[in-house]
Amino acid sequence: MLIFENILLALNGLRANKTRSLLTMLGIIIGIASVITIMTVGESMTASLTSEMSSMGATNVTIGVSMKESAYMTDESGRSFNSGPHRTEMTDDDYIDADMLKSLQTYFGDKIENIQKTASVGSGTVQYGGKTSAVNVSGVNNDTLEAAELTMKAGKLFTDRDQESAKKIAIVSDYMLNEVYGADVNDVEEYLGKQISVVMNNKFYHYTIVGIYEYDESNETYSFESTTSTSLYIPLITGFNELHTRERYNEVTVATVAGINLDDFMVEIEDYLNEVYYRNNDNFEVNCYSLSSMLESMTEMMSTISVAISVIAGISLLVGGIGVMNIMLVSIQERTREIGTRKALGATNSSIRMQFIVESIVLCIVGGVIGIIIGLIAGSIAAQKLAEVDATAPINGIILSVGFSVAIGVFFGYYPANKAAKMNPIDALRYE
Amino acid sequence: MDREPIIDARGIIKRYYIGQPNELEILHGIDIKVYPGEFVAIVGASGSGKSTLMNIIGVLDKPTEGQYYLDGVDVGESDDSELSNIRNQKIGFVFQTYNLISRQSALKNVELPMLYGGMGSRARTRRAKELMAMVGMEERMHHNPDELSGGQKQRVAIARAMGNDPAIILADEPTGALDTKTGRMVMDIFHKLNEEHGKTIVLITHSPSLAEETQRILTLSDGMIIGEREGRGHANI
Repeated sequence: MLIFENILLALNGLRANKTRSLLTMLGIIIGIASVITIMTVGESMTASLTSEMSSMGATNVTIGVSMKESAYMTDESGRSFNSGPHRTEMTDDDYIDADMLKSLQTYFGDKIENIQKTASVGSGTVQYGGKTSAVNVSGVNNDTLEAAELTMKAGKLFTDRDQESAKKIAIVSDYMLNEVYGADVNDVEEYLGKQISVVMNNKFYHYTIVGIYEYDESNETYSFESTTSTSLYIPLITGFNELHTRERYNEVTVATVAGINLDDFMVEIEDYLNEVYYRNNDNFEVNCYSLSSMLESMTEMMSTISVAISVIAGISLLVGGIGVMNIMLVSIQERTREIGTRKALGATNSSIRMQFIVESIVLCIVGGVIGIIIGLIAGSIAAQKLAEVDATAPINGIILSVGFSVAIGVFFGYYPANKAAKMNPIDALRYE
Repeated sequence: MDREPIIDARGIIKRYYIGQPNELEILHGIDIKVYPGEFVAIVGASGSGKSTLMNIIGVLDKPTEGQYYLDGVDVGESDDSELSNIRNQKIGFVFQTYNLISRQSALKNVELPMLYGGMGSRARTRRAKELMAMVGMEERMHHNPDELSGGQKQRVAIARAMGNDPAIILADEPTGALDTKTGRMVMDIFHKLNEEHGKTIVLITHSPSLAEETQRILTLSDGMIIGEREGRGHANI
């Protein structure tokens, strides 16, 4: 009963001293808001990565070539340098080549669904009659094309024959056709078989369109350029021909058979390839990673950031708490006569103490709630702008924040409240 | 009188700064008996020890020496929370400066002693409204104290003092901050409480004319009771 009255009284007090209360709560607001912001971002990114993992590529392993750690030497003073005649530039021998992939398929055939190979030819523009459209040209095998899950509007994907004979053909986006030829995106059939010119590195490349896919904005990676760049697919070997290299990759994606242990398999691949093909390579080796290992390292990174933010928030909350204690001391000083009167009317020391602790808790909870609201807003904006994911509210963080606010209220309110409780009623009544 | 006194103070001595070079004795052994239903005035110039005596009678302070029985209870033996309870249940304070809590409505102020006495919210509000009506303040009970005149504030304070129907009303210069007319109105309420409700009232004042309205006048000077005589009473003002 008394607690309820005290809460009402405290809220009244808050309303009566709006500016003062707000300034007092600022430390707590900032502290809680920063924690909730970072937790919202973290939670949102984890949630979106998890859903991405389950929808696609959860069983994919990416094999990439990277520099050997032993290629770096560390001297006594801790500086690292490249020892001896080692190279950092990759030469033809350092790449993953067709032989390796073939033997990988032979060796781990029962665990590999397919290998998605891509030759990144480069970015260029399709040009016709003074109009242009930006494209990223990639040579791809059919497994890569299938994994891309294109929605075809006309034509078809490459056939095995197309791949083997390295035809100069392309699968293009309806968006590009619209930009260059003013095509109606709902009726692109007529462009099949059309010859297009792509300018890359000041050279012209010509392809015949065999397929047209529907451009889906959300499937494209976010670009800071104002112009939209769409993918233009050509057969894999055609890609390598354009690059004037033999078939080689610094990265391939292996789709695995469902149900195998991905972590173990990644180690097996690394061991196998490094033993057989990179043993005598002083500079490079292969490494495997998967979405789940990326998720792990992201979670790790988030927790590092969280610790850093928590320290800042902790300091902010400490300062905020001291602010609360300060304002409580001032408020008790100002209300000395009130305390004296209450005691004369029969308030016990413990009921005076409770009144001021409740007031301190209310101050902190209101600050905490404002902080949570600001944090949720800032967090969802950040999640959308930085990571382009929908915001997920960190329920645990919210509960924890409210609990923490109460704890700050009790901790920093106790000393002033106790001081009020122990006031001598005569002195308090006489206080001017 | 054959009744038991409600206030029974024997040999009250109050010293400050005990054991220090500036040790000061304010009250030098005071005996006071007040019987139920009496209206008593304690008069004295400032510095006579009036406030100290009132604090002891009101159980806000303990005497250094001497016994004080309030309604039969030895106050000297009580601890802090028992003293709070005695103040809450047996004494109604009326101060010169009203001491209303400015952030709460007049009605909430009147409810305070009942709140600390543990009365339920509905009973509290009902009684507070009755008391406000008794002092003629039912029209303005939802106003905050800053919106009330001095006389109105003091009437709210009297209603508050009556909250737990205490045995004694202890009024310290209740008209000291009021003009003659409103002071008169406040005094009339005290007479009404004494005559109609049978309240024991102890009025502390430096005004001889106010003291004359009571039944018995104790004169305090330099920490001693130097005189006791009958007042003319309400009827003979």
